Amino acid sequence: MRFLFKTDYEDDIKLFPHSGYVVSYGILLALLLIAPYALSSYLMSQLVFVCIYAIVGVALLILTGFTGQASLGHAAFLAIGAYTAAYLQTYNVPFPVYFLAAGLLTGIIGAMVGFPALRLTGIYLVIATISFALIVEEILARWESVTNGNEGMRVKTLSLLGVAVPRDSPTFYYLCLAVLVLTIVGTLNLLRSPTGRAFVAIRDSETAARSMGVNVALYKVKSFAISAAITGFAGVLFAHKLSFISPEMFTLQLSIEFIIVILIGGTFSLHGAVLGAIFIVMIDPFLTYLKDDMPGIIAGIAAAFGASTGTAGNIQSSVAAFASLNGLKGAIYGIIIVLFVLFEPLGLYGRWLKIKLFFQLFPLYKRATFKRQKIYVKSERNR
Amino acid sequence: MLDFVQQLVSGVALGCVYGLIALGFVLVYKATEVVNFAQGDLMMLGGFFAFTFIGMMGLNYWIGFAGAVAAMALFGMLAERVVVRPILGYPQFSIIMATIGLGYFLRSVAGMIWGTDDLKIETPFSQGVLRMGSLVLAYDKLSVIAATMILCTLLWLFFNKTTLGTAMRASSENMLAAYYMGIPVKRVVSVVWAISAAVATCAGVLLAPITFIHSNVGLVLGLKAFPAAVLGGFGSIPGAVVGGVLIGVIESMAGFYLPEGWKDVAPYVVLLTVLLLKPEGLFGLHVRKKV
Repeated sequence: MRFLFKTDYEDDIKLFPHSGYVVSYGILLALLLIAPYALSSYLMSQLVFVCIYAIVGVALLILTGFTGQASLGHAAFLAIGAYTAAYLQTYNVPFPVYFLAAGLLTGIIGAMVGFPALRLTGIYLVIATISFALIVEEILARWESVTNGNEGMRVKTLSLLGVAVPRDSPTFYYLCLAVLVLTIVGTLNLLRSPTGRAFVAIRDSETAARSMGVNVALYKVKSFAISAAITGFAGVLFAHKLSFISPEMFTLQLSIEFIIVILIGGTFSLHGAVLGAIFIVMIDPFLTYLKDDMPGIIAGIAAAFGASTGTAGNIQSSVAAFASLNGLKGAIYGIIIVLFVLFEPLGLYGRWLKIKLFFQLFPLYKRATFKRQKIYVKSERNR
Repeated sequence: MLDFVQQLVSGVALGCVYGLIALGFVLVYKATEVVNFAQGDLMMLGGFFAFTFIGMMGLNYWIGFAGAVAAMALFGMLAERVVVRPILGYPQFSIIMATIGLGYFLRSVAGMIWGTDDLKIETPFSQGVLRMGSLVLAYDKLSVIAATMILCTLLWLFFNKTTLGTAMRASSENMLAAYYMGIPVKRVVSVVWAISAAVATCAGVLLAPITFIHSNVGLVLGLKAFPAAVLGGFGSIPGAVVGGVLIGVIESMAGFYLPEGWKDVAPYVVLLTVLLLKPEGLFGLHVRKKV
């Protein structure tokens, strides 16, 4: 096990605590850079979605994970970013300009949502953000002169410095990857700055933060604005990737998906956003794969255990019938969420940390290290 | 003027629907501080149970109704035991996510079992209207208003006058202290879930002639009942009904007097405004923080 000796504050807030980080993240980045030459075009497309979901995940982590303000309205911010891009495009505004404009506009709207949210906590905040998202959805459907209503808007091919970047090209993937990396590095820097420390202080105890001189209102609004702006950037990429946007894409369902991203990934570290995004985006192709191949595999296993050909055939057809049931995906989704909340509350990244610690401490690892504290008293719960 | 009164009455009827669902939210919240996002889906499931008993097995309406309520009460206890009890006492966020997951699961499974068509239950009050002067009110809506009033009164009495109700309020304040005082907290929570699922079933069965039963009905109505509960101040039983009626009246007035599109948005606009002015809702209690 490696012991890090820290002698001053600068040591404590280093981006890369030791050289191992540089090596492993360097290798990861190299792999991501050669990915377009190794993976199929379908997987590349999924990888772009992973990037976009991860950007939103990071944005949500800033707000929910680090400032402690739950939001079920991030689909609305994504929609505002996407629609700003699509609308400005009709006036032939160049990409860098509308990319920044989308982020700026979403950030301002995020700050405007943040003001009413100042006095709200817990469930009241959740319902307020849901209301905001539903109102935005309705405005997008009704404001036909700008958004083209329910018919949706076409998004033209992205053109960067005069070069067209089709949505399936490796260049588009590199663009998304660059935005993701910049977002993560920027967020890491934000979190080790006084602003980030103030966010975490507010999450842990608002009263304590206030008595230490943190301007709670200011930092909450900042957190909302930053989170919304990042989601707005993701919205521009989202619009280009889909090349067509309409109001029914940005429903409550999508907001819940974003929350699931950070829940499954882990809400206490930026790794969680990326891991959760991979999980959420890849579960779809995985389930399709199961649906197509599982009946054959199960029948094969049954045959190997001595079932007759007829029985194996029956098993295959019944498993296939079960797999093609309508709504099986929703049920699996639900089960996954419940299982994560019950058994892996720290998410995938938490599981990775546990495994790592297990080997580091080898015979001395104990489960209680990661045990959460239960709070049974109402006044302590309502922080 | 007549238009206004007619809109008001149908708004109140609609609002009672929301209030009835919101009652279930409030019950669970009041006793355990758990926000149950799957409440609408419990209602949907109750409707399907009643359809199975009445429509498919051909039982008498009232017997089928009672059967569905009893079955759902058991189901509520089961859901509590499996999903909620292990995470009781953890941050609200975890519990909200768990119940969202439960809702997903119930919706999909109900869709698999009962199909995706709109189902209908024949009820004694499916047909017929009550005429008062030139006012017209359908019996099925009247039945919802009546049931909401009765259930609201019963539950209020239950919470404020009976020993079990007091035990529930005590365990919501401080589970450990309640346990030391001899209250079987786990059983109390289990009973609350049973009651809440039973209330949800009442809503589901009474709504069946109005909204029909399909696997998404819980999500659609739950999204309206939820603001109702918040508007009234989460945790207040009369508040849930008042909030529901307010949302219903606003919705029906906005649909009648304002341009198209406002009908669905107006309740949320009002909700945001109220939360701005009174963050704890109309009847909510202001909770003091312990530092």
